[in-house]
Amino acid sequence: MNKLSRWLSGLFGNQQPSSSSTTQEIANTAPLTEQQLQSIVANQNPRFDLQQLISAGGQSVGKQRDLNEDSLLAMTTTMAGNSGNLPFGLYIIADGMGGHQFGEVASNAAIRTVAGYVLRKFHPYLFHVKTDTMDESFQEIMQAAVTDAQRAIQREAPGSGTTLTAALVVGQQITIAHVGDSRAYFIYPDGRLEPITRDHSLVKRLEELGHITPDEAANYPHRNVLYRALGQGEILDPDIFTIGFPQPGYLMICSDGLWGVVAEQDLIKAIIESPNLQRACQNLVSAANTAGGPDNISVVLVQLIG
Amino acid sequence: MGGMGSVYRARDMHFPSVTKLVAVKEMINSAPDPLVRETIVQNFEREANLLATLQHPSIPRISDYFTVESRSYLVLEFIHGKDMEAIINETSGFLPESQVLTWAIELCDVLDYLHKHKPDPIIFRDMKPSNVMINQNGDVILVDFGIAKTFQSGIRGTMIGTEGYSPPEQYRGEATPSADIYAMGATIHHALTRRDPRLEPPFSFSERPIRRINSAVSPDLETVVNMALEYNTESRFRTAADMKQALTAVARKTGALVRSPHTGPVQSTGIKPLWSFKCEDEIRGTPTLSQGTLYIGSYDNNLYALDAAEGKFQWKYPTDGGIVSRPALFEGNVYVGSEDKRLHVVSARSGKVVWTYFTNGPIRSSPRIAEGHVFIGSDDSHLHAVNLNSGRMAWRFEAADFVRSTPFVMNDLVYVGCETGDYYAVDFRGELKWRFHAKRAITSSTTGAGQLLYFSSMDGTLYSLDSRNGWVIWRFRLGKASISTPCVMDDFVFVGAADGFIYAVETKSSKEVWRFRTEHQVNGSPVVYKDSLYCGSVDGTLYCLEYRTGRLRWKFGTQGAITGTPLVYDDIVYIGSTDHQVYALLA
Repeated sequence: MNKLSRWLSGLFGNQQPSSSSTTQEIANTAPLTEQQLQSIVANQNPRFDLQQLISAGGQSVGKQRDLNEDSLLAMTTTMAGNSGNLPFGLYIIADGMGGHQFGEVASNAAIRTVAGYVLRKFHPYLFHVKTDTMDESFQEIMQAAVTDAQRAIQREAPGSGTTLTAALVVGQQITIAHVGDSRAYFIYPDGRLEPITRDHSLVKRLEELGHITPDEAANYPHRNVLYRALGQGEILDPDIFTIGFPQPGYLMICSDGLWGVVAEQDLIKAIIESPNLQRACQNLVSAANTAGGPDNISVVLVQLIG
Repeated sequence: MGGMGSVYRARDMHFPSVTKLVAVKEMINSAPDPLVRETIVQNFEREANLLATLQHPSIPRISDYFTVESRSYLVLEFIHGKDMEAIINETSGFLPESQVLTWAIELCDVLDYLHKHKPDPIIFRDMKPSNVMINQNGDVILVDFGIAKTFQSGIRGTMIGTEGYSPPEQYRGEATPSADIYAMGATIHHALTRRDPRLEPPFSFSERPIRRINSAVSPDLETVVNMALEYNTESRFRTAADMKQALTAVARKTGALVRSPHTGPVQSTGIKPLWSFKCEDEIRGTPTLSQGTLYIGSYDNNLYALDAAEGKFQWKYPTDGGIVSRPALFEGNVYVGSEDKRLHVVSARSGKVVWTYFTNGPIRSSPRIAEGHVFIGSDDSHLHAVNLNSGRMAWRFEAADFVRSTPFVMNDLVYVGCETGDYYAVDFRGELKWRFHAKRAITSSTTGAGQLLYFSSMDGTLYSLDSRNGWVIWRFRLGKASISTPCVMDDFVFVGAADGFIYAVETKSSKEVWRFRTEHQVNGSPVVYKDSLYCGSVDGTLYCLEYRTGRLRWKFGTQGAITGTPLVYDDIVYIGSTDHQVYALLA
C-alpha cells in the first residue's frame, strides 16, 4: 500500500500542485535548467527501493590521433533477494603510453587482467548474498589484481606502460587502485568537483615540491611524463584506498584526454545539466573534441541510487 | 632488459679440462605482437654490443650472444656474489658506513670510466642497488646494461631509469653524467638508511635525512650524499671523479673503520602524578569518569568511586570476583561486569546496589548501553541484551565461544567478537545480520568511524570491515597477536600489539604511518587527546606520543604492568596499573 502510493507519487510527481511552477518549464526542450534537474533528482530517490549502481561510459579517439590507446571497462550488477541486496560494480580506465611503445596492448592487458582477477574472486558472491564474507580484503584483491596486470604487460608488451584507475564498488564502499595520471573524481549535485586520486606525473610532483606554480604546471612542456606506470619498473606501488560512495553524487573516472582538455567548470556543467548519465558522457566527450581533441578521451560515470 | 628473463649459471665447454663458469642471461620474448618482438631483440643486441666494447674491473666481460627462436642469450663472466639490494635486505640493522663507502668509491670509479668513454660518453641510467653485484672479494660489479641506450622520447615520455633513483631531468628525457651521479647518491642513501626510494615519492630524499634515520653515519658522508642528490644539476658534483674524490676524503677522515655507538633510548622524565590511589589488588581495567567522579574496578573484587580532582575515596562496592570490565554510567547508575558472573548496577551517588543480572560465566566484557538496553558479553558464550528498567534479559545471542570483547553499537546493529575468532553483527531483536571469521580470537573491542569497523585479533591482524555487510575493506599485519582496541583520529587508526609496538595506520589506504616500540606487550588501547596519544604497556610505562609522528613526548613508569586503557579528561590522564594503583597525571 505504502509502496504503491510512493510509486505513484514518483510516477506522477511532476504533475502534483507543489511542482506546478516547474511544469511549464518541463515543456521546454533540453537542456534542462538547474531547477528542473533538481526536481527530477528529488523525485527520483523514492522510486528506487532497491539500492543499485547505474553507470555509463564514453570514449573517442580524439581529433588528432589515429590510434586509440585508451581502454575502458564499466561493469554493473544488481542482485537482490530475501537475504538482502549487494550493489557491485567494477570501473576501469587505462591510458596506454604513446607511439611505438604499444600503449594499446598495455591498456587492454591492464583492463583484461584486473577485471579477470577481480571477477574470479567475487564470482561466488555475485549470485548469492551470503552472511559469511570473504577472508581477503578489497584492498588485497585490488593489489593482487594490479600485480597480475603488471606481469601481463611485461609479458605481452615489454617496455610499454599504461595508467590504471580502477574502482571496485561493493555496497557503499569504493576501493580504488590507481597508477599514473588518469583520474577519479567525486561530483556533487551542488556543483563541487573533488579529485580523489593523485597524479603520478612529473609535473604534479614538481608542483607538490613547490618547484613550479599551478599556473606553470598547466603550461609545463613535459606534462605527459609519468614517474609511475603499470608495466614499468620492477616494484610497483599503486595507490590503493577505500572511500564511501558519494550520496548524492557521482563517481567519474577519466583519462587526461578529458581532464587535461576541458576546464573543471565545464566538466561539472556537462554532468549536472545532463538528463542522464549516458548523455553526460556524450557531452563530456564532445566537449573534449570541441576543445581540439588532442588525445584519446575516455570517461565513466557511476551513480549509487536508492 | 624489457622482457622476462632469467640468469643461469653455466659451464663454458670450450675449456673441457677446466671448470670455467659463465652466467647466461636468458630473455624470453613472449610478446605476441611481431613488432613488439622485433623491438625486444634489437634492445638485446644493443646491450651485447655495448658490453663488448668495455673493459673495466667493475664491468662483466661478455663472451657471446645469440638468439634461438623466442629466446635470446648473453654469455657473461660469472660473478660469485650477491647484489647490493639483497645484502641491504638481508642485513639486520644498518650496513657499516665503511663498507658502503668502499662500494661507493668503486662505483664512482666505474661511472667515471663510462662517462669518459670515446667517442660518446656512456650514461648508465640505471644505477641502483639491485644492479650492483658485490663479488667474493667485496668488489663491486655493475650489471644490467640493458637500459644504457639512446633515449627515445615518446609522445608520452618513455620512462627510462628506475623510479625512485632517477633525478628530475631524467624524467624529462635528459640523460647526462649528472643523472648517474644523482642515482649514485640515491643508491648510497638507500644503502645507509634501508629506505627503498621506489616506495617513496620521487625526489623526496631531503625528507629522509640520513643521520636522522641512521645516526651512526658521519656528517661528512651525509654532506657528500646530499650534494649528489641536489635537485639542480649545477649544484651536484660536476663529474663522477669529483664525487669519488669527496668520498675518498671522507674515508680518510673517518678512518673508514670507526663505528659510532648507538645513542641510547630517550630518558624517562621525572613526571610526578597529581595523585595516586592504592587498591588491595591489581587494576587491569579502564576507568570511567562522570560528574567529577572516577569509577574503576580492581582484582580486589571492588568497584571504586574516587574524587577525580584529588583521588579521594568516595565509596567502594564489593562483588565476588575480579573486575576487568570498564564501568558504564547511565542515568545515575554505574554498570559493571565481574568475574562473579554478574552484571552489577549500583547507584553512582551511594554505591548501593540497584539490581544485578546473572550470566552463566565470568564477565570480562564491558557493558555498552544503547536503546534502553545494556549489551554485555560473558564467558557463558553469549551476548546478553538486558532491559535497563527491569534488569531482565531481553534476549541473548549464542556465540561460538567466550565473549570477552565489548559490544559496539552502530546503525541499529550490535557488533561483537568472540574467542573462536567469529565476529557477529546482531540486530536489536537478537538476530544475526552477518558474520565474519578471523583466524584466531577477537578479544579486542570494536571502534567504529564513518561506516567502518576496526578491531584487532589474536591472529595478528588489524581489520577494517564495512559495518553494513561485513566485507573486509583491508587487513593490516601486526607483528604479533593483539587484544588492543583500536582508536581512530583524523585519518589514522592506532592499535597496540603483543610485539610491543603501538601502530599508526592510515584508515583509507591501510598504510603504516609510524610505529613506536615499547619494552613489552601492548594489550591496552591507545587514546588520543588533543595532539597526543596515550597508551600503556606491560613494561609498566604510560607513553605520551605525538599522535601524527609517533614521537615520544614523555613517559611515566609504574611498578606493574599496564593492561588497561588511559582515560583523558580535562587535561588529566587517569591510568590503572597492576601495581594496585590508579594514577592521575597532567596530560
